Amino acid sequence: MGEALLQVRGLSKRFGGLRAVHDVAIDVPQGAITALIGPNGAGKTTTFAMIAGFVRPDSGSVRFAGDDLTGWRADRIAARGMVRTFQITQPFAGLSVMENIRVGAFLREPLPAAAERLAREIGTRLGLGPMLDRQAAALTVAGRKRLEIARALATRPRLLLLDEVMAGLNPAELNEIVALIRAVHASGVTILLIEHIMQAVVALAADAFVLAEGVLIAHGTPREIAADPRVIEAYLGQGAAARMAWHG
Amino acid sequence: MRLRLSALASVALASVALASVALTPFALSSQFLVNLATLTAFSAFIGQAWNISGGFGGLTSFGHAAYFGVGAYVAALITTRTGLSPWLAFPAAACLGAATGGVIGFASFRAGLRGSYFALVTLAFAEAFRVIANSAGFTSGGLGIHLPLRPGIAALQFQDRRLSYALVLALLGLATAIALQLRRGRFGARLIALRENEDAARALGIDVVRVKTTALALSGALTALGGVVYAQTYLYIDPGIAFGTERSVEMLLVCMIGGAGTVLGPILGAILLHAIADTARLWIDLPGVAPMLYGVVLLIAVWLLPGGVVALRTRLDRG
Amino acid sequence: MSEILAAALVNGLLTGGVYALVALGLTLIYGVLHIVNFAHGALLMVGMFGAWMLATHLGLSPYAAVPVMTLAMFGFGWALYRFVIGRVSRGEDRALLLATLGVSIVLENAALIAFSGDMRQLQTDLTFAVWEMGPLLLSVPRLISFAVAVAMAGLLWALMSRTDTGRAIRAVAREPEGARLMGIRPDRMFALAYGIGVACLGAAACLLLPTFYVSPNVGDTFVLVAFTIVVLGGMGSFPGALIGGLLIGVTESLGGLLLGESLGPICISVVFIAVLLLRPTGLFGAAR
Repeated sequence: MGEALLQVRGLSKRFGGLRAVHDVAIDVPQGAITALIGPNGAGKTTTFAMIAGFVRPDSGSVRFAGDDLTGWRADRIAARGMVRTFQITQPFAGLSVMENIRVGAFLREPLPAAAERLAREIGTRLGLGPMLDRQAAALTVAGRKRLEIARALATRPRLLLLDEVMAGLNPAELNEIVALIRAVHASGVTILLIEHIMQAVVALAADAFVLAEGVLIAHGTPREIAADPRVIEAYLGQGAAARMAWHG
Repeated sequence: MRLRLSALASVALASVALASVALTPFALSSQFLVNLATLTAFSAFIGQAWNISGGFGGLTSFGHAAYFGVGAYVAALITTRTGLSPWLAFPAAACLGAATGGVIGFASFRAGLRGSYFALVTLAFAEAFRVIANSAGFTSGGLGIHLPLRPGIAALQFQDRRLSYALVLALLGLATAIALQLRRGRFGARLIALRENEDAARALGIDVVRVKTTALALSGALTALGGVVYAQTYLYIDPGIAFGTERSVEMLLVCMIGGAGTVLGPILGAILLHAIADTARLWIDLPGVAPMLYGVVLLIAVWLLPGGVVALRTRLDRG
Repeated sequence: MSEILAAALVNGLLTGGVYALVALGLTLIYGVLHIVNFAHGALLMVGMFGAWMLATHLGLSPYAAVPVMTLAMFGFGWALYRFVIGRVSRGEDRALLLATLGVSIVLENAALIAFSGDMRQLQTDLTFAVWEMGPLLLSVPRLISFAVAVAMAGLLWALMSRTDTGRAIRAVAREPEGARLMGIRPDRMFALAYGIGVACLGAAACLLLPTFYVSPNVGDTFVLVAFTIVVLGGMGSFPGALIGGLLIGVTESLGGLLLGESLGPICISVVFIAVLLLRPTGLFGAAR
């Protein structure tokens, strides 16, 4: 047993007087799908932003593949192999879908022809084949989520940070994206995903961390967590676990 | 009736059309026409230089006169203060222009300046340069510098106007080749990605400060070459000519009219702008008429043609 | 030496008062519309030519022209936003910047066509009047300008904080959607705010006329000064614009004294660049 691929310790952030994230510790083992879940406003996205270098932590450390990346710039972290997507999708709206993915591909492929080939291959693999030469702005919500993943994958990451890729999708699209994430994982990419939807997490992750009001309140397999009274209370409000036990 | 041309065919057609327009002045002996063509190609060239950072990178600069002036003064000083060949002004100006762009860019982008703030800070840099040129001894202050008349290719002064035109056309070709490369290669893709969405670009491993600074340095180098050509053609510069706002405005204007961030935009913009301004001059020859039309054209372009003239074709294609 | 310094200091403060008035209009327009109003200098020039015409054709003293020009420039600014800037830009950031740039080019060159590029100086009975205060000789027109500028700043503050119109404008600036729900039309408030910002220039133009020359490109001198003040004081801050105006007036005056006529103006650019690069929120702006 070596060190986990991603090792987060004591991560904290305040915004003004507000304690957004406090003393968070997360381990993502090599080759696993790990989930970070919690109700809205729990500090998941802030935690993610600190790990990926978009927000500077007040304290704590981020170690990735044996190196301390705490406080590094986002682009350098991406170049090291840890790449994030955005919950609110951020396409390069004026570019075609292929060109969007190619921006990611250029991280490892300096030659335009090779980068384009890689972009087309990944786009096709992620079901964006027919859309490759259309404007990214023309994509549906589900298409944009795929584009986020495709662009990140084109950088050939070791660890993919997925920020709520399932939010806003209908059940059919949800099943497709779960299958897609499984396929990405099977191709050898370690994944840390932020999710609000419990059902998806149960289907995908081996291991889940639960964040509420900026603090980690539970850690275990998704099934263990789903049964944890602290988690139920965090999601459903004060006294919910007791009421459910009473009725159950 | 609507004609649908494939993208390749229309690009080829446009290139042939532009090339024949560009080459016509060589066949004609009319001084007026050659001068007009030279001025237009010159606007297109410095517009294309602006386009590299301002169009592809979305870095709206109001102070590109800073680089233009650096180039103009380099040429004037090499010719008047040293015994060196004026041709050396080209590499010297390119280096100094790149350095100026690099420093202004690095300082601004590190401080996170964008949009209007970046536009204003570039304006302030150009103004600071103008004040320095106006008061320093080596620039002869507000008197400006007269370059001695020494016709000859060795002195980079062309008696045959068609040779100046050829030189400007070659520079326009160079700038356009760089713009084409931006549309194809990795650096351009990164620059455009930053313009479209900075956060997404960072997440994909793009170094914001480095890419933007490089773009501004490249643009500064090309713009400085324009300054050299100006000084060698008109043989007189002063702080206002070199660093004045008019030059900065001309560069951004041809891009806005033709289509910023497109390869053909500055060329079409320059042709259109000179066609309008010079026709107007034939009717009413008062100082201020042509520049006022520039302003009106800018307003109309921003209002009706957000993507410039180039965007019209795509709009027509889509019906 | 100390007397020369003191004189420069006082003169700088007096000029700074009028600068503050110019900057108040700019900061108001930025604070409400988030427009970097590049046409500010050109609009000041329009005001100065207006006041100059009133003085030479109708014999109206620039001080008596303050209310006339304030109202006239309000109307001009309002119409300019309503019919040109607002329409052309569709509210996009870059388009707004370019639209105000376009307006400034048109105005400057229209003035060049109408009045030629000559510099004109209005001579009033007061132009060279001075007032002795101890060892200092104070220029009377500058003193009057300062007093009126401060009074106008007070009036503007009262308008923005004490009247319904002012409150509506500030509501739109903070919460455009919320204001819309309350029945306030944002586009009307924007035109109003732009008009008020330009009205400040009408007053400032009159106050500058007795001591400053007029020419089509006189606005260029003020654009960078006004932006420096606004950036120094914090974009959108009224007290910041006032204090910034005085500071820049003094900086310019001392810079001219210490560095000489030709190099002195570099102080403005240097302050501007330094503030933007080192402390973009300004001296009084809140951290963002």
